[in-house]
This record gives sequence, C-alpha cells and structure tokens, in this order.
Amino acid sequence: MNNLEELEIQLLLEGVFRHYGFDFRNYALASIKRRIWNAVRAENLRTISGLQERLLHDPVCLERFLLGLSVNVTSMFRDPTFYLAFRQKVVPLLRTYPFIRIWHAGCSTGEEVYSMAILLHEEGLYHRCRIYATDMNESVLRQAKAGIFSIHLMQEYTQLYLKAGGKYSFSEYYTAAYDNAIFRSTLKENLIFSQHNLATDSSFNEFNVILCRNVLIYFNNTLQDRVHKLLYESLGTFGILGLGQQETLSLTKYEDRYEELERREKLYRRIQ
Amino acid sequence: MRSWKGVKSFTDGFSSKQAPRQPHFELVVVGTSLGGLSALETLLNGLPSNFPAAVAIVQHRHKESNTGLSEFLQSCSLLPLQDAADKAAIVPGHVYLAPADYHLLVESVGWFALSTDMPVSYARPSIDVLFESAADAYGHHTIGIILTGSGGDGAQGLARIKACGGLAIVQDPQTAESQMMPKAAIATTAVDWILPLADIAPRLIHLCQPVIR
Repeated sequence: MNNLEELEIQLLLEGVFRHYGFDFRNYALASIKRRIWNAVRAENLRTISGLQERLLHDPVCLERFLLGLSVNVTSMFRDPTFYLAFRQKVVPLLRTYPFIRIWHAGCSTGEEVYSMAILLHEEGLYHRCRIYATDMNESVLRQAKAGIFSIHLMQEYTQLYLKAGGKYSFSEYYTAAYDNAIFRSTLKENLIFSQHNLATDSSFNEFNVILCRNVLIYFNNTLQDRVHKLLYESLGTFGILGLGQQETLSLTKYEDRYEELERREKLYRRIQ
Repeated sequence: MRSWKGVKSFTDGFSSKQAPRQPHFELVVVGTSLGGLSALETLLNGLPSNFPAAVAIVQHRHKESNTGLSEFLQSCSLLPLQDAADKAAIVPGHVYLAPADYHLLVESVGWFALSTDMPVSYARPSIDVLFESAADAYGHHTIGIILTGSGGDGAQGLARIKACGGLAIVQDPQTAESQMMPKAAIATTAVDWILPLADIAPRLIHLCQPVIR
C-alpha cells in the first residue's frame, strides 16, 4: 500500500461522510480498497481522487458507489449446517415464546431472510414471528423486498435447502416466471424491510434473535466493537446471536456475556 | 506503515561488506487449484517446525468443503495449520488456509480479513485477491508462489508482488499436474524462480532463514 493511495482513500471516505453522512471510515481497508478501485474502473476514471470529485458532485454516482459497497454476494441457505443447527438448537427455545422478534442485520439482497422465513414456516413458528431485515442501502432493500431471484440458482438452492434440513419440496416456495423465481407472498407477510446503518444508527428494538452473518468482516476493530455493543444491547436476556462461520465473539469485549450454543456454527446465547 | 524492526540488526557486529543485508521475508503466499492437494502436501512436508515466516494458502475449493481440507493439510505439516478466521492474527511459523467460499485478504501487517465479495475470475477464494493484498501490506517482505492449477488466477497477484519488491516463485509447469496456472503466471510476470515442486520448500527455507551471525 503506498501512502498516497491510502491518503486518497481516507480523503474520499471523509468527503462522502461529511457531504452525505454515509460513514465508511472504519471499514476494513483491504476490502474497501478493492471495492473503491472497482468503482474507479466502472466509472472509467484513473484515480481515487477522480472518483472523489465525481462522488461529491454527482449524487447518481454516489448511488452506484453505495451499491458497490453494500452488496454482499450470498445465497439462500448459505452454510446449510448453520440452518440445521438453528433448527435443532434454537427452534426449541423459540417454541416457548408467544411472540418472536428477529433482527436480520445487513440483509443485503435478502436470500438469507427468505431462507429463515422458510425454516420458521416449516417449524410452525412463522406466524408468531416478525423478522426485521435491515440494510444501509435502499436499493438492495428494494431487491430483497421483491423476493425475486434468478431461476438458474434454484437447482443449487434446492440442494442447500435439503442440506439445511428442508422438509418439503423447495419448488413449493416460488413460482417460476421466465428467468425468475418469485417467492410466495405468504413468506413476506411477517417481513419488515427497513434502512438501518450499523455504522451510525442505534438500537431500535429488543430482539429474541439477531442474525448478523458476514457483515462484521467488512469492519475494522473500532467499528466491530461499536456493532457488537449495538447487537448486545438489542438482544433480550437469553437472546440468540448468529454470526458468520468464520467470525467469532472471542476477543471481543462481549465474549463473557454469551454462552456458545453451537460453537462451529457461531450461534451464541446472551446470558447476562 | 510499520517500520521493520529487526531488519537493520542483521548486520550487527559486521561491516556491511562482510555481511550484505539479506532481504527479510515475513509472509509466504501460495496459490493453487487443480492438483493442488498433492502439491501442497509436498510443499508443507518440506517445511521444518522452526520455519520463521507465516504461510497463507489459497486452494480453489468447493463452497462446502468445510473442514476436511485443513485437517488433511495439517496431517502433512509440522507447522500449526488452520482455516483463517476474520481478523485473525498473522503469526510467524503458522500456516493459514483461505476458508471455503470466502476471499482471504491481508488487512495490514499482522492481520487477515475475509470477504464475501463477488468471485474474482470465477474463484472465491481468489488467489489474486490474497496476493494483491499481501503485496500491498507486506511489500518486499512477501514471497508469492504459484503451484499447479487450471485457469489464470494468481498471475496478476504475482505481478503485484513483484511490483512491490517481493519475490515470485512458480512451479515448473513440466512438474505440474495442471500446467495452465503456472504458465499464465510465467507469461505475466518476470518470475524469480521456476522450480520443480520438490525444490520449492528447500528454496523457501534458504530464503527465509535468519541470517547466521
């Protein structure tokens, strides 16, 4: 990393924050650098400074930039063993609640939100649930809300659904229309999509379950600490936290306040 | 940027004429795809338990190949080996493997990061992503190695390592189960060594050994 490049990145992120309020200043550098250079190339520019000028003067360019920074490429039932563990370890706990609030933080285009809705439906719990699916980016939220995914992915998703302990036929959950798979509207009944920025916004409810998978990997330690505090404060006592397979609570300040429900799948339970 | 403590101390007690300062390598990055399993077995088998640099490996692998790969590779290695977790420390003498379905990046000197960004040239983990970020963080303290594989992943990353002053080693295509990846790297970069598989570990030991005082 040459120092000029690092300076240009800092100036760009500072400018975007001060002019628009989107705060990427504590994002992990290696990933955001790749994404910034992707944006430079997509805009047919040569330098990060050139991108900075265009971003500050052209809100439409900012929209494209934000999309590039917020799409995490995921799939339905990503890590099927996580969903299997959720069925086996978390669902029995949820059965004891009359009403279940779930926060899916950083839901991106919604594949994993629909996966969870299907799982809860199969376990007979969905009618008691509200799933709050949030992301900082309006445009990915619109996609998530639509619940329309490429039909070409359904073969792979069917395999993952089965590995995740799926009980029925996956094709029952969507209607095929040309190249699209449109997910059933009954799955959307208890989904609430709204904008929330983990880097700058505060807690908005108390939840029984929070899923925040493969979102914190994009943050540096400063921002990870902030978000862990936010997640902890948004969980009720004995609430469940689910992280991505390669993330961990160990080494965070909140490690002692959770117990491991399923170590390999990064499912934790708040105990204090 | 971190200053490289210890580099200057290599010449302690010698005039620079007697002991020309050797480059000091801290991170070895390895990329491979088709045929990589047995190539990595040979490479890791050849590294002693006191190997002083950290090693990070991208082996193209299936999305759901969870733990089997690291268990197998650990059985070939005297050095402790693990799937790299997000924000894991980069410790000398440890071997790290890019986990299935994540990109592995070097965040800064001493730290990894992961991402679930788009596959790069159809690959996640991508060799280019690891190599480019390693070059940016570790500069001329980096050694990049391309082993057997299909496709052209890694060629750009190896070029970046060279451009940042690091060393580039490629497995001799003649000894590779799949020649395409080594050939792509050789075509893209002025590599320092093209070596038969069996000679790569000895070369690394030679390159990374602390200077004998």
